Amino acid sequence: MITVGHYLVLSAILFAMGTFGVLTRRNAIVIFMCIELMLNAVNLSFIALSSHLGNMDGQIFVFFVMAVAAAEAAVGLALMITFFRNKETIEVDDVNLLKW
Amino acid sequence: MENLVQMALQNVNMAAIMPSLVLCCFGMFLLMINVFMPRGKTTAASLISLLGLAVTFVVTLRAWNHPELGFAGHVALDNFATFFNVIFLIAAFLTVLMSDDYLHREGYPVGEFYPLVLFTTAGAMWMASGTDLMTVFLGLEVLSISLYVLAGLFRGQLRSNEAGLKYFLLGAFSTGFLLYGTALLYGVAGTTNIADIGFYLSAHGKMLQNPMTIAGMLLLAVGFLFKIAVVPFHMWTPDVYQGAPTPVTAFMSAGPKAAAFAALVRILILGLGGLQADWSSLLWMLAVLTMFIGNVTAIYQTDIKRMLAYSSIAHAGYALVGLVAANAVGISGILFYMLAYTFMNIGAFAVLVLAGKQGEDNLTLEGFSGFGYKRPFLGVAMSIFLFALMGIPPTAGFAGKFYIFAGAINAGYIWLAILGVLNSAISLYYYLRVMVYMYFREPQEDYGWVRMNPGTVVSIVLAIVGVLYLGVVPGKIMEMAKMALF
Repeated sequence: MITVGHYLVLSAILFAMGTFGVLTRRNAIVIFMCIELMLNAVNLSFIALSSHLGNMDGQIFVFFVMAVAAAEAAVGLALMITFFRNKETIEVDDVNLLKW
Repeated sequence: MENLVQMALQNVNMAAIMPSLVLCCFGMFLLMINVFMPRGKTTAASLISLLGLAVTFVVTLRAWNHPELGFAGHVALDNFATFFNVIFLIAAFLTVLMSDDYLHREGYPVGEFYPLVLFTTAGAMWMASGTDLMTVFLGLEVLSISLYVLAGLFRGQLRSNEAGLKYFLLGAFSTGFLLYGTALLYGVAGTTNIADIGFYLSAHGKMLQNPMTIAGMLLLAVGFLFKIAVVPFHMWTPDVYQGAPTPVTAFMSAGPKAAAFAALVRILILGLGGLQADWSSLLWMLAVLTMFIGNVTAIYQTDIKRMLAYSSIAHAGYALVGLVAANAVGISGILFYMLAYTFMNIGAFAVLVLAGKQGEDNLTLEGFSGFGYKRPFLGVAMSIFLFALMGIPPTAGFAGKFYIFAGAINAGYIWLAILGVLNSAISLYYYLRVMVYMYFREPQEDYGWVRMNPGTVVSIVLAIVGVLYLGVVPGKIMEMAKMALF
């Protein structure tokens, strides 16, 4: 029997994987993919909880999260392209002009 | 079916989102007419956006003391939201005033700048008036996504690219935490409405110590503390502030910070008031850390924009003191402080806009040598803003810090207030150092030509008026800040 607890644990694992990826990966696009993984882990939580609670709010929230993630992807990839045009790289270790 | 539609429409109540609606209409109108504007001319767009902000200001002021609830309780245009809306509008107005000449000078006269500022302001308004975590999230994202673009606006400039990219990656990362916190609180309370979460938690006292509630609160707080730039979530601030175009930095340091404070106050007080003992002891530590790290690191900066970035971290720490106190004086102190900070910080950045050379707006301390004699008006203006940032009477900064620390003392956080005052003393060092360079050093030979332009000067004058008005007669605004509490 798969309960809501299983979904929440899976979601927590996915979220942790995403966080770990953001902290360890060095390519901006891979980092962005890890962020998307985090957001989708959250979506999974929302949907599982929504069905568990018998309440639609969570599912509506997921639609908003997906729409926002799409807008974020558009802007984020555009920023990466402008950066690549000027520096020919997308490794975050090379994002080093500004520091103390 | 018809009944259903009618019921849905009754719940809408456009009056509750009127200010942001007007702003969005102006923003979309600007986007459309930008297509027909001649390339490289943005003055008309800047005038239209100023008009839009002025109209919105009138609409916002009419909402004072006329609270509206709309969209099935998702949006509330109460006095709290209206007070913050005024702050956002002032920040946007001062920013737009100083931007037109700057954009032309730097060779990026792009009309998209203005709609983006308007959309950012509208997003900030949704954050302040959102009574549901869903609306707050949407407002936060509208604000953030517009700001990512604004930070990376100067496409050919590596510094600006880098600011945009860093802000984007870290901002999106923090959004993930915010959302996870929301999901956990939703799982606990079965609703995303902030007030309902509060009711649920006070009715089910044992849920308060449920790990899911605590984790939800912490993750939610991380998302907002990131936007406010509280230590240890402040690492992006100096880089982004330094790399972004100066007017954008000015706006970013005032508007979005106030918006995140508005949402955080509403969520912590209304939604998670039952956990006050937990979050105030956590914020106590973060406030102290933020003040110390912000101020001490600012001492080591040679770039003025970067120094102001660290000072803005320190100021977030002062404002956080009011939230730790969580009493009427402390919270209305935050409102007052955000207004005061908007005037003094945007004013200081407006001076930097006029002080920078073309293509290089990162003034070093050395570059400020003799500035006060070469540009007397700008020198005096900068001094006033620096005095305000230090918190010297009779400026807005003094009144703001006074109310916040008074709130902390009332709530029994004597040590926090002492540490705050001690930090103000540390900050004297690096603010006064700028003035020493301005007035007691020989001017440098290669000092660039500073082009005065009416928009920026008006913006500086307005900021001076605001700083002095709030400093000399703070009582009236403070009364309004008290009326703004829910």
